[in-house]
Amino acid sequence: MTATETISIPDVLKTAENWRGSGRSVALATVVETWGSAPRPVGSHLVIDAEGNFEGSVSGGCVEGAVVSEAIDVIETGKPTTLEFGVADETAWRVGLSCGGRIRVYVEPVS
Amino acid sequence: MDISLLSELNKDRAARRAAILVTEMTDGRQRLVRKSDVFSADPLAEELAKRFRSGKSGMITGENGEVFLNVSLPAPRLVVIGAVHISQALVPMAEIAGLDVTVIDPRTAFATDDRFPGSTLKAEWPEDVLKDTPLDAFTAVAAVTHDPKIDDFPLMEALKTGCFYVGALGSRKTHGKRLERFTDAGLAPELFDRIDAPIGLDIGAASPEEIAVAVLGAIIKALRTAPGAAA
Repeated sequence: MTATETISIPDVLKTAENWRGSGRSVALATVVETWGSAPRPVGSHLVIDAEGNFEGSVSGGCVEGAVVSEAIDVIETGKPTTLEFGVADETAWRVGLSCGGRIRVYVEPVS
Repeated sequence: MDISLLSELNKDRAARRAAILVTEMTDGRQRLVRKSDVFSADPLAEELAKRFRSGKSGMITGENGEVFLNVSLPAPRLVVIGAVHISQALVPMAEIAGLDVTVIDPRTAFATDDRFPGSTLKAEWPEDVLKDTPLDAFTAVAAVTHDPKIDDFPLMEALKTGCFYVGALGSRKTHGKRLERFTDAGLAPELFDRIDAPIGLDIGAASPEEIAVAVLGAIIKALRTAPGAAA
């Protein structure tokens, strides 16, 4: 493996365009606010299709599962939504951020 | 997001154009503002200008509630002039650090795939390569051939185009002569301070590999601490 291959990072926005272009239903999740030690910076993306395939990350693995299932709803309804995750959140027992930070994620359909 | 807006944004990113995607959180309306657009009449003009400088995405409060500004600046790039020993260490380290690296050296004995496996390598004169892929404010240039015929042109271009880092290998004496040539070529002397010479952070680097570490350190310092850094 060459150095270039080891560092190749998936281009999430390009993936979103390609998936949509090939006829898949797609939602885009974006970190819009963070508090404390959030694992991914504001502006980070996750792209999701109707089958639950995804690429990118909004939290480095802690809450992706929850974002993916919300995104499938967003694809069905066509309505954007905003999600919040964090240890102070009531869903913390389910999908909390182990780092102790909080994040706010905007999920929108790509149409 | 509208697919046509996403496609436009991806085109801007591919062409290394700085852009901000503006999302009204209240109703989901979105628009794209490019750094090259005249946006002084935009209600968010001041904030947009600030975000283009800082590169930081974030939530602000607009007239009609929350607005999210997602700033897309071109990925930092490193152009290494000279496929020399220092570059063989610098290129893989810079790639690991996330820089998009190109090596330029017209000397075909130096610029070989064996010496730079998997890297973007141009065995051409910098004059020719930079015609097709011009330098910009999101690019660092490190000139390490020691040969004015190869180093001088890209260094002067780097200063003129406002590259965020401009480093030149050579002793103080060599650098003094270089600045004389740049003055003769009509370059504004106030630009000279922007050149990092002798090249790299002062860490007492003794080998080509250590010099590569010093150069990469200086590039990251320029990227993360300079005003308007491409963060």
